[in-house]
Amino acid sequence: MKFAVKAWSNGKARAGVLQLGNCPGPIETPALLLSTRKGLPHFIPPDLLPSLPSPDSHLLQVSPLHFLEGLSPKTISKIGGLNKMLGLPDYGFAAVARDSMQSIPEYSSTNRIGASFETRVGRLLIKPVDYVEMISCMRPNIWATLADEVPAWVSEKRNKTSVDRTVRWLDECIALSSAGGTVFGSIVGGSNVEERERCAQEVAERNVSGYWIGGFGLGESMEERPALLNAVTDVLHEEKPRLVCGLGLPEEALQGVSAGIDLFDSDYIYHVTLGGFALTFPPSGVDISASEFCPSYDGSERTKINLRATIFRHNTHHYLKFFKSIREAIRAGEFDQFRRRFIESRRACDHLALTDDRAMAAVAVCI
Amino acid sequence: MDCGTGIKPPFGRFSCSHVGFGSIKGLATNQLEEIGCQIILGNTYHLALRPTSELIDEMGGLHKFMNWPRAMLTDSGGFQMVSLLHLADITEKGVTFQSPVDGKPMLLTPEESIQIQNRIGADIIMALDDVVKTTITGPRIEEAMYRTLRWIDRCIAAHKRPNEQNLFGIVQGGLDPVLRDICVRGLVDRNLPGYAIGGLAGGEDKDSFWRVVAQCTAALPENKPRYVMGVGYPLDIVVCSALGADMYDCVYPTRTARFGTALIPEGVLKLKNKVMAEDTRPIDPTCDCMVCKNYTRAYIHCLVTVDAMGSQLVSYHNLYYMMKVCLRFSPENGITFSKPDPSIRLPISSFCSCAYVFFLRWFKYCGWVD
Ligand SMILES: [Zn+2]
Ligand SMILES: [Zn+2]
Repeated sequence: MKFAVKAWSNGKARAGVLQLGNCPGPIETPALLLSTRKGLPHFIPPDLLPSLPSPDSHLLQVSPLHFLEGLSPKTISKIGGLNKMLGLPDYGFAAVARDSMQSIPEYSSTNRIGASFETRVGRLLIKPVDYVEMISCMRPNIWATLADEVPAWVSEKRNKTSVDRTVRWLDECIALSSAGGTVFGSIVGGSNVEERERCAQEVAERNVSGYWIGGFGLGESMEERPALLNAVTDVLHEEKPRLVCGLGLPEEALQGVSAGIDLFDSDYIYHVTLGGFALTFPPSGVDISASEFCPSYDGSERTKINLRATIFRHNTHHYLKFFKSIREAIRAGEFDQFRRRFIESRRACDHLALTDDRAMAAVAVCI
Repeated sequence: MDCGTGIKPPFGRFSCSHVGFGSIKGLATNQLEEIGCQIILGNTYHLALRPTSELIDEMGGLHKFMNWPRAMLTDSGGFQMVSLLHLADITEKGVTFQSPVDGKPMLLTPEESIQIQNRIGADIIMALDDVVKTTITGPRIEEAMYRTLRWIDRCIAAHKRPNEQNLFGIVQGGLDPVLRDICVRGLVDRNLPGYAIGGLAGGEDKDSFWRVVAQCTAALPENKPRYVMGVGYPLDIVVCSALGADMYDCVYPTRTARFGTALIPEGVLKLKNKVMAEDTRPIDPTCDCMVCKNYTRAYIHCLVTVDAMGSQLVSYHNLYYMMKVCLRFSPENGITFSKPDPSIRLPISSFCSCAYVFFLRWFKYCGWVD
């Protein structure tokens, strides 16, 4: 992995380039990682993946824990790792233990031995040694170290413990993984600015290739987030990429970009699609279409599934376009203006239920 | 494979055609299966839009829909009525059924069915027929057959795009050779672009089933496609093809995939089985489909263990496999049935009760089974 920052705008917002050996071209940041289920993007068959914009869509986020539903790390290794197993040789994989769908951090069961996750095969306690074994068998391009993520409402003491553990597990993970590879050191700290800063400082001192920032989208308010994000990014090395999880909404992604985040997860698209909605907000911040109402979708489960692939593709397209606009604004040195314009033009209801023919029209036009 | 591209008016014979969209270009395969189901929604808007919405991606937008280069077929809705029969009430006017969306009774007339299908714009559209299960006997079979004939005239009259869309009539008549004969003659008289053999695969024994297919194909014109509705098992397809049928449903490959079962030359492969967890071979090492080229049994096992979402890949393989069954069976591909019988189309008289064994032997001869 190679990463370089190419442009700055309004302080900390930055545009860069991420290169992965097997991807068809450099991926421009800020970028979106497509979320996956067992390594394959949701709703969309692998042979239709090339219909998404390339190389923007070539960064996939994978949770190694998904494969515990039936595959041993050894078998994955025998098959030849993630790229081989998933039939996606020219896609980049970033492994993060948690997601917001099927591998949800369960802080109350996490202990000093390992991190706990709620999964479809029950609650799992993952030790650093297990995790590193999974990683070494799967061989993702990028991987985040094991973290103890806690929600915003835990005690100061518990939050402090989570930072201590996350840093200790970082050391264990680095020690266990032979050469280090492309390790992203995990940073937590909940909604405490000092703990965030402390964790970031500890991680910044380690030999890591980038940073994974967790513990967001777990009950903190949108107002307190900029301070938390800035506390972290202020102490990180500028030349290393930063990946964040848990900032889903467009406004949240913009908060992240403002604080100097480069890579974002896309669980938001998954949830929006699952809810049966097509995104129609103006991706460039200019109002192109108005939508006054949001009728709830009353179709059967069956028909919903039927439409999801189409809507998911639309939504993914749409969000990738949004990120492209962000990059253009940064390169033009106008990120703050872009952000302001975007937030002003956003409406309370900017996604359409699938029963609305305008949603269908939007889908038809944009693909 | 270009299965289906041969279907454009005016018809030539086509050797390989599943009803439904070519699984070739990798349309999400469980969507393919849904195509026959669109009609049950009942809402005119949905009826017109739903089946196309799946294809919008492939076609580059709704406006390009009419230029969709591949064959497409829409169901009249009648087939759905069979499965919803306890909710359906069939009168001379049409079929009344409860909307699965809001539970309200809805009437689907032959005219409406055609109107909706005209709007969707598929290459092949199906007449609305009066479907009864083959297990039913007595005057209801006769009534349904005659009603199907009356409705075909209403369908033909309602059909607004006969130059672009091919209306298929459906032969009914249960297992009764006399009724089937009346129906098939009646439809042939109407000189339709193609014909379907309906009312089968509803629980009748194989012998009766093949006898009906043989009788209908023998009476249908040579130069028109014949579609056997509701048939999807590989062996049934082979047998029906030998009897001169051209098109089939593809419900079976996708339905069985949902249970994690893959079709392979040796029979079936149950991917949920624990031993698959360490099997790093493809589903079918002799298959050259996208799934077999890229994925191991172990990975697909992991996909299908807990839920059905992984079945997409299995469906893809299964459809591909069925396409291959059809292709291998086409005379154009050099597979001829020189043993035990050189003729593709068997006379009815030779169609005996040991047909299954007979075809199995044939199957073996062609290298399909050991
Ligand atoms: Zn779109
Ligand atoms: Zn295959």
